[in-house]
Amino acid sequence: MDSEKWGFTVKDIVEKPDLFMSGHRACAGCAPAIVMRLIMKAVRGPTIVTTATGCMEIVSTLYPYTSWAVPWLHTAFENAAANASGIESAIKVLRKKGRIKGEHVDVIAIAGDGGTYDIGFQALSGAVERGHDFLFVLYDNEAYMNTGIQRSGGTPLGAATTTSPAGQVIPGKLEPKKPIADIMAAHEIPYVATASPYYWRDLITKARKGLEVEGPAFLHVFAPCPRGWRSDSAKSIELSRLAVETCIFPLWECIRGEYQLSAPSKVIAIEPQRKKPVKEYLAMQGRFRHLFTSKYENLIDEIQRITDQRWQNLLKKCGITS
Amino acid sequence: MTSKEEEKSWKEISIAAVCWKPSTDFLTGDWKTFKPVRDLGKCIRCLLCVMFCPDGAIHWIAEKGDIEFDYNYCKGCGICANECPTKAIEMKIE
Ligand SMILES: Cc1ncc(C[n+]2csc(CCOP(=O)(O)OP(=O)(O)O)c2C)c(N)n1
Ligand code: SF4
Ligand code: SF4
Ligand code: SF4
Repeated sequence: MDSEKWGFTVKDIVEKPDLFMSGHRACAGCAPAIVMRLIMKAVRGPTIVTTATGCMEIVSTLYPYTSWAVPWLHTAFENAAANASGIESAIKVLRKKGRIKGEHVDVIAIAGDGGTYDIGFQALSGAVERGHDFLFVLYDNEAYMNTGIQRSGGTPLGAATTTSPAGQVIPGKLEPKKPIADIMAAHEIPYVATASPYYWRDLITKARKGLEVEGPAFLHVFAPCPRGWRSDSAKSIELSRLAVETCIFPLWECIRGEYQLSAPSKVIAIEPQRKKPVKEYLAMQGRFRHLFTSKYENLIDEIQRITDQRWQNLLKKCGITS
Repeated sequence: MTSKEEEKSWKEISIAAVCWKPSTDFLTGDWKTFKPVRDLGKCIRCLLCVMFCPDGAIHWIAEKGDIEFDYNYCKGCGICANECPTKAIEMKIE
């Protein structure tokens, strides 16, 4: 089945069994949990999942319970991608020796932003450079949530975390978010994409494309965390939409170094008046509360400036000039 | 949680510490303060709430041609109510 022709309806998706099952211990309104459910709707056959330490690992496998209806391996924090390389190589060897036959086995590695941007990056860069055939899913909740909301390379400028606390001394995190998906695109691997759970069809299609492609695929998924973002648990999906509408998190694909905008962001590129101010997005989250005081309000303009600049750069990469 | 009687020492746990019980055995529904209640008249069966529920607590029942809430797992986050295009879901205190 080819993802380009993979026309699917909402019924096809809801009728597919949940391979990330109910009973997991994620907080109420956890978007990473929605991402897990949606990603697992894209699987096409025998699949092995390996997850780095982080919320999605902890909440889904509290011994002796598991939420994974597929073979699943825990791995240390730093090496989800190394683990995936090992699984893929082991399957190759077993097949060569004739010990397994039959269908192709897909391998999915999953990690949070801490496990991807920072501590897992070396393993990830190495694994894609070696060309292993696996899909890496980064669920980006923009901090080390499982250990108490410490800042990561994926935490945005101005966000308050326990290691970048907003107060008299600093206005939250001092550095902007590391452009991890662009860094992965620079590896010129077969498939890199960004996705957001509000655009569920786009997300599932991209996960499927990442599985179908031969060689490494990287999927960067935006994933609001009501606990760490100090946001209303009911608003996680709304925030996933606003991040795309404000161009804080644009949706795109990059196939072997060639960039292209995905539909929800293309609409904004064509009609720039649809682009919403970042203020709207920031105002919904307690981690940015201090930006709405006179002491730090200039940072909102700075966040807008960085967002606009990154958006213009992306349009250029996609061959769109405005 | 595993009750005291069931708890195993490290010597009894398999070497790879395989989790063998499905998490569906663990009901998380008692976490909720608010409960989603649907107005059947307003619901257009768009299934967006099924898609977005973090806990897989809303099911599409094909035979009935309708959705069903599974309050055993619903944590009362309110995402379904927030995303419902016809505002058919109201969060009511349990
Ligand atoms: C080498 C190592 N250092 C630290 C930890 C402790 N630790 C466990 S989970 C975690 C945070 C994970 O953050 P992230 O990858 O962003 O995932 P999230 O919890 O946000 O889902 C940390 C620091 C660890 N398990 N291993
Ligand atoms: S802390 Fe955040 S990411 Fe972790 S389970 Fe809770 S809502 Fe999900
Ligand atoms: S989102 Fe609303 S209208 Fe759609 S199926 Fe759910 S309750 Fe019905
Ligand atoms: S309130 Fe949250 S957990 Fe409960 S059914 Fe709605 S989306 Fe699912």
